[in-house]
Amino acid sequence: MTKHHVTATVNGDEVEFLCETQETLLDVLRDQLGLTGTKEGCSTGDCGACSVTVDGRLVCSCLMLGIEANGKSIGTIEGMASGEELHPLQRKFLEHAALQCGVCTPGFLVAAKALLDRQPNPSETEVRYWLAGNLCRCTGYDKIVRAVLDAATEMRGA
Amino acid sequence: MRYEAPNSLDQAVALLANASGEARVLAGGTDLLVQMKTDLVDPVLLVDIKGIPETRQVKEEAGGFRIGAAVTGAELKEHPKLKSVWPGVVEAANLIGSTQIQGRATMGGNLCNGSPAADSVPALIAAGAKASVVGPKGRREIPVEDVMIGPRKLSLTKGEIIASFLLPPKPAHTGEAYLRFIPRTEMDIAVVGCGVCLTLDAKGKCTAARIALGAVAERPLLVPAAAAALVGTSVDEGAMQKLAAAASAACRPIDDKRGTKDFRIKVAGVLARRAAQIALERARKS
Amino acid sequence: MQEKVNDAPGSDYTYVGTRPIRPDGVDKVTGRAKFGADLAMAGQLVGKVLRSPHPHARIRSIDTSAAEKLAGVKAVITGKDFMDQPSEFIPAGEMMINYRDVVRNVMAREKALYEGHAIAAVAATSAAVAKQALKLIKVDYEVLPHVIDVVEAMKPGAPLLHEDMYTAGVEPAPKTPSNVAKRIEFVLGDVAAGFKQADVIVEREFTTKPVHQGYIEPHACIASVSEDGTADIWVTTQGHWIVRAHCARLLGWDVNKIRATSSEIGGGFGGKTVVYLEPLALALAKKARRPVKMVMTREEVFRASGPTSGAHVRVKIGAKKDGRIVAAEAELKYQAGAFAGSPVQPGAMCAYAPYDLENVKVVGYDVVTNRPKVAAYRAPGGPISEFAVESVIDELAGRIGMDPIELRLKNAAKEGTKAAYGPKFGPIGMIDTLKAAKSHAHWRTPLGKNQGRGVASGFWFNIGGETSVSLSLNEDGTLSLTAGTPDIGGLRASLCMMAAEELKVPLDKIRVQIGDTGQLGYNFLTGGSRATFSSGMATVEAAREVMKEACKRAAKLWELPEDAVEYKDGAVRPAGPNAGKHNPMTLKEIAGIAGKTGGPIAGYSRINAHGAAPSLATHVCDVEVDPETGKVSVVRYTAIQDAGRAIHPSYVEGQYQGGVAQGIGWALNEEYIYGADGKMQNAGFLDYRVPVASDLPMIDTVIVEVPNPRHPYGVRGVGETPIVPPMAAVANAVANATGIRFTDLPMSPPKVLKALDEARAKGTAKI
Repeated sequence: MTKHHVTATVNGDEVEFLCETQETLLDVLRDQLGLTGTKEGCSTGDCGACSVTVDGRLVCSCLMLGIEANGKSIGTIEGMASGEELHPLQRKFLEHAALQCGVCTPGFLVAAKALLDRQPNPSETEVRYWLAGNLCRCTGYDKIVRAVLDAATEMRGA
Repeated sequence: MRYEAPNSLDQAVALLANASGEARVLAGGTDLLVQMKTDLVDPVLLVDIKGIPETRQVKEEAGGFRIGAAVTGAELKEHPKLKSVWPGVVEAANLIGSTQIQGRATMGGNLCNGSPAADSVPALIAAGAKASVVGPKGRREIPVEDVMIGPRKLSLTKGEIIASFLLPPKPAHTGEAYLRFIPRTEMDIAVVGCGVCLTLDAKGKCTAARIALGAVAERPLLVPAAAAALVGTSVDEGAMQKLAAAASAACRPIDDKRGTKDFRIKVAGVLARRAAQIALERARKS
Repeated sequence: MQEKVNDAPGSDYTYVGTRPIRPDGVDKVTGRAKFGADLAMAGQLVGKVLRSPHPHARIRSIDTSAAEKLAGVKAVITGKDFMDQPSEFIPAGEMMINYRDVVRNVMAREKALYEGHAIAAVAATSAAVAKQALKLIKVDYEVLPHVIDVVEAMKPGAPLLHEDMYTAGVEPAPKTPSNVAKRIEFVLGDVAAGFKQADVIVEREFTTKPVHQGYIEPHACIASVSEDGTADIWVTTQGHWIVRAHCARLLGWDVNKIRATSSEIGGGFGGKTVVYLEPLALALAKKARRPVKMVMTREEVFRASGPTSGAHVRVKIGAKKDGRIVAAEAELKYQAGAFAGSPVQPGAMCAYAPYDLENVKVVGYDVVTNRPKVAAYRAPGGPISEFAVESVIDELAGRIGMDPIELRLKNAAKEGTKAAYGPKFGPIGMIDTLKAAKSHAHWRTPLGKNQGRGVASGFWFNIGGETSVSLSLNEDGTLSLTAGTPDIGGLRASLCMMAAEELKVPLDKIRVQIGDTGQLGYNFLTGGSRATFSSGMATVEAAREVMKEACKRAAKLWELPEDAVEYKDGAVRPAGPNAGKHNPMTLKEIAGIAGKTGGPIAGYSRINAHGAAPSLATHVCDVEVDPETGKVSVVRYTAIQDAGRAIHPSYVEGQYQGGVAQGIGWALNEEYIYGADGKMQNAGFLDYRVPVASDLPMIDTVIVEVPNPRHPYGVRGVGETPIVPPMAAVANAVANATGIRFTDLPMSPPKVLKALDEARAKGTAKI
């Protein structure tokens, strides 16, 4: 079986890997690049635990082939903090106790960041609808929404 | 499994036409990858069309728009003009799945996946969209309502792909809208979908209408009888009631894990009315 | 909005009751934390399971020879690779399990009893090879008729799952086998006499469907077995000592041969208190002599791991005109799935527990059906029975013309009430939560068009259990705390806070970890709302041991008798008449003299935590119903619950909110959908509809504190009670909005619209 040779950028670093046609970006991130922060919850695009950004666009990595990442810039949870400093969203999730078991948290953070990058002043409804593709079974979403709104406020310098 | 990423339609068509086994077009992949994973389909060849310029562009053309078949819902939303001219179509494409799905899913894939419940299709049909199809014998245009003939069955022949969609010039005082019914607020496949496009004259009388229903038959339906209920009227309560009745009457739905026959028939009428109301308000403002 | 009422006395704590950042939090927001599928071992193989396509079939033969010959396949197992087990019931969380059934559930022996039942498993060098190998396994099935409905399964002549199942709890014992594993009964007083006294009687029948716990992380583990038989397993679980025990038993190994390490766990809710993949991974790893990693797909999670029961419930309650309930009856028929052991017993125990009643009779049936074996789901059995009871109480209030909160207050259980299932309650917060609901702004806010409001209460008993905790004083005065109950959502924070409160040292001086089975004595699982209660109790005991030992060492140094030294305000000091004679010594200084005064200092607590106390709740819910489509939206929700004392209020609120979301899903949209062919049609998150963020409003909470006198900090378990009231709260709100009482869950739009149309035809619909 011939594999594809792929070069891409992940969290700002250049990476190279080989993958078969049907291997997903999620498989590659976790099994080849050791980036296990992105999670597999359903592999059908229904839970958002595998959320990453591709050239700034929020997607489910379980629904993208590894080969499709060629030449693209991928953003995962591991790239969210800058050095020792957590991103305001990460800090606010901790302050607001917006996580319990934490398995959905990477997906939510990546998705929430993609929202605030586009819409710095979202309403509660906008936050809920943007994040509808991220399932959480522990929190009932309340503290997650509060954390996102609070992070948005801080990031606006308001 | 072979993967090819041609940069021209001719190359793509040749690959598909000459494929020895099952070949699939890869655009957003949000349906295809799920089917591959659950062993519903096992292609020998994937043809990634995202490298073909026509499939990825939105252009103003002949007073209307040519929308590439592989433009994502998110990109449609970000186009500076499209949403204000065809809000129903753009909203419909952005109801598919989640924000993450909208980051990849395309109208071409939504239609060619062959699900009667596809969200963008009734909106395209109502808008009078045509599919610009390219194949071994050249290019042809067909109304979107003629592309699907049944669940997972298209009228396209081997080697044909949809390169783009054509939206016609929008007459003055025209408004369109798409609504769907789902049990939650997001993430569900439409139990019923309804696209409405209507045109008013200067006095507010309806001169033209197109009503399309999804998830109520073996394919999305254009419902001329529903349109007839509105044309020549001021879209008043009486006309709306006739519209709802015509929409319900056109349904030939099934009972499944998403809804019952009776429910779909009833809700088709409710949605037709509600979508028509939004379309009417949009028509009056335009 | 989150509030607290009844701040418990003695609440001038430094740490307890505050909201510090949880110690494991940073790893979870950066993706560093490792869950079940996040570990890889050198040379690991991929394990996959072959599952029955039939809901009921005799297995005539399994031929694995072709699979074994496939290049890349390193091991193949079937039921023969496990030791058959005699029938023996043991506690598993709040349910009982039988090892004879467990060994058959992890891998079928005589029969396939549900679609998805594990038949064989392979370990191979890649997922693709493993998948191919499964296709090469030839199974000769004799397909049998199946039964998937609880009422159908109870009928004579129904397809029989187990030829040796004779209903227990029936006198005289039946002579023919059936699908009814047991009948149970709880009786208080005389309900027949009670009903004769009633002015009003309401009797209703209810049906609920199986629902899945819905944890976002599928089951996963990686097992490795050395040539000398010692084994390691990394597993996402609510109880790794349980995993160790089950695997050792099924494989016939000594318990100490297996070291089980719990990964971070991505949700459990009771569903990860049992084993599925773990014995398989160990058996494969032993045969293959290489590590084997096994991860369930989401489809497998639905088809092959336990949901909770679907049920049929009849409730009859009689009351006087003044609201006093004089008789209460319930009949519960719960389906257990393929093997006996539905949560009908706890369901029966909890049905009327929020109320102080003289005459109660609850009868329950545990019925097997050709569906996956049910597993515990958050307050197992309780939401179902209490949904029915709280709905009937609501209807009763309507018939009497009494406010539903007043009716509950009139009958509320309190300290001294004897519950139908036996115990006499100590102090409990039923009345407190009802009063808080009554005075809450939510109760007074006017409703909008097409809206309705419902209230419901709920009870869960909570458990204690065997717990071991170790607390070591490090050489620099910091501390390492090792507990054994996996941290599902904030436990490490709470344990750290309780230890810090005892020792009066800053939180960051105590590092908490969850140890593996080789590091501590036995720990029962995280479940039954027991972790904060039990591991907390053990942590406090361990901390007190450390302080006592510290005093002992100082006494040695100061040449004082041991009882002349005390630990106070974070340091060891001479007490009483000797006060001031020596400078106080901090733990850091004590650690400095530990070696020469006797050796390392640690506290090691091994207890069977007793004194777990119930947690009561009252919820208020507003819904809006779309009259043309039957769609129900929850527009406002307030959850009021007694926590005893909230160690970390944010995580207590989180438990309330999470349980509410699950209960709302259960009420409105979640269900296992089966075809007549006995196969699940919605085995994925697309059509198994859990609530998404846009489905829910903010969930307001009120923490009531009626301290549990048997816990050093007054803690009550809080994790399970929150899921108990929502189904009735929502159904009562829908009844208030529409005038229609829904007794069949979920209240999905087609059902609601149909009922609305029928009610409109009769003129009884409110919208």
